[in-house]
Amino acid sequence: MEYLIHILIIAGIYVIFTLSLNLIVGFTGLAALGHIVFACVGAYTSSLLALNLGISPWIGLITGAILASILGAIVAYPSLRLKGDYLALATFGLGVIVYSVAKNWVSLTRGPMGLPGIPSFSIFGYQISNVWSYLILVLTFVLITYQAIRNITNSPFGRILKGIREDEIASQAIGKNVNKYKLIVFIVGAFFAGIAGSLYAHYSSFIDPSSFTIMESITILLMVVFGGMGSLKGSFVGAFLLVILPELLRFLGMPSSVAAPLRQMIYGLLLVILMIWRPQGLMGKYKFK
Amino acid sequence: MTMLQIQNLYKEFDGIKAVDDLSFTVEDNSIVALVGPNGSGKTTVFNIISGFLKANKGRIIFDGNDIISLNPFKIARLGIGRTFQNIRLFPQISVLDNVLLGLKYETGHRFSSALFQTKRMKKEEADNKKKAEELLKFVGLAEKRDALAENLSHGQRKLLELARILALEPKIFLLDEPIAGLFPETKRTMFSLIKKFKASGKTISFIEHDLHSVMDIADKIIVLDHGKKIAEGTPEEIKQNKEVLKAYIGKDTL
Repeated sequence: MEYLIHILIIAGIYVIFTLSLNLIVGFTGLAALGHIVFACVGAYTSSLLALNLGISPWIGLITGAILASILGAIVAYPSLRLKGDYLALATFGLGVIVYSVAKNWVSLTRGPMGLPGIPSFSIFGYQISNVWSYLILVLTFVLITYQAIRNITNSPFGRILKGIREDEIASQAIGKNVNKYKLIVFIVGAFFAGIAGSLYAHYSSFIDPSSFTIMESITILLMVVFGGMGSLKGSFVGAFLLVILPELLRFLGMPSSVAAPLRQMIYGLLLVILMIWRPQGLMGKYKFK
Repeated sequence: MTMLQIQNLYKEFDGIKAVDDLSFTVEDNSIVALVGPNGSGKTTVFNIISGFLKANKGRIIFDGNDIISLNPFKIARLGIGRTFQNIRLFPQISVLDNVLLGLKYETGHRFSSALFQTKRMKKEEADNKKKAEELLKFVGLAEKRDALAENLSHGQRKLLELARILALEPKIFLLDEPIAGLFPETKRTMFSLIKKFKASGKTISFIEHDLHSVMDIADKIIVLDHGKKIAEGTPEEIKQNKEVLKAYIGKDTL
């Protein structure tokens, strides 16, 4: 049972990642390939604050999310002129940079040794340490994220985002300040990814740079595409599916040396099949072009 | 009064002159046609006016403002609404949403309004939906409101693009080949709409490569060839202009 709850918690964290990336990629059509760096910033910020300064994980969570947003703005600002593949490359580059910093700034992050013993959240002196209460905590944040992204996208503001996705030049021709909207979207997406990163750190109580590799960014992007770009339900489906799928492989009784590469292969295969049969993702309407 | 004034505009692409020392004016509440063969620089002129291209030299005065160095979105907000030669809609959203995107919001388009789903936003949205529906009715696309823009026919897409800039309530319409590829019937609809715009006090400038088509509708015709203005005048004057006959239409026609 605890194992099942554990899976749900991880899936919930990935739902937050996927929803926030969906805002950037699915709704606004910006090819962002470095989403995990915002999680990395959120995770390290709140972990270091808690470990080194004894600051409450709650404050750490918010600080981490804000720092992630600032990084989002810093990345977005020069990248706004870039389109499509170039933006993907720039964000990819950021992923490499942040990963390298986390790995090599040993005096701060302890590098590949990671940060052990990260404390969990507590409410009114009650430590959220068992999986059940952590699940409730994660689900609360999932709900907040869902509600926020749903409100943002389900509005005239969200319509402008879709307009930017559909045609940037036409959006400008009808008086939309495209760069401003892109900047906001990056800031918001990074904020929620930062929260998810912090939730992950305080849950697993240990983080190291290997949790924040480029592959993770790509996995989150896969979840968005799988579920359907521009579909919030799809983000739930995509995240759950891709978290649970590799777990099911365990029950096939394969040694982990086989299961791990098999996971990647199955992801790849599923993506190919999906792109052929349903380019808009399982729940989406928007067709990837 | 002059609505739009183009002064000594010059633009070159890698040494090729696309617009060569071009000057003309668009008077308030008039219809001005920019005519010329393919590659004569008509669309380039529109792209410079709307800010998508930067000119090498020259000034553009619109309604008293020098707009030559402004961003496209600021130019649009000042009151220049343009359409595109190859139609730029938002294909994978609904026809109604396409028009709604052109409409002005006081606060409803703001991030905070969206996040907190403010009452004001909802009211503005409801009001704008009504306006958008009226605009769709005006161009004859009312029953297509829920269709995706990508599923419209060529003529309907032209009309939708027009409805979308109508939503902007621009002072001047810059229409890039509004009748290209249209059936005669839709062509008439388009021209009658353009005339209605004029009747309601708007100013229109449009591009067309076929000189015959514009004779009935334009107040003034400007003929371009290789980026240069070779003639300017009323349809009557253009008909008799030897320069135009020689360079553009060919001696035998007309």
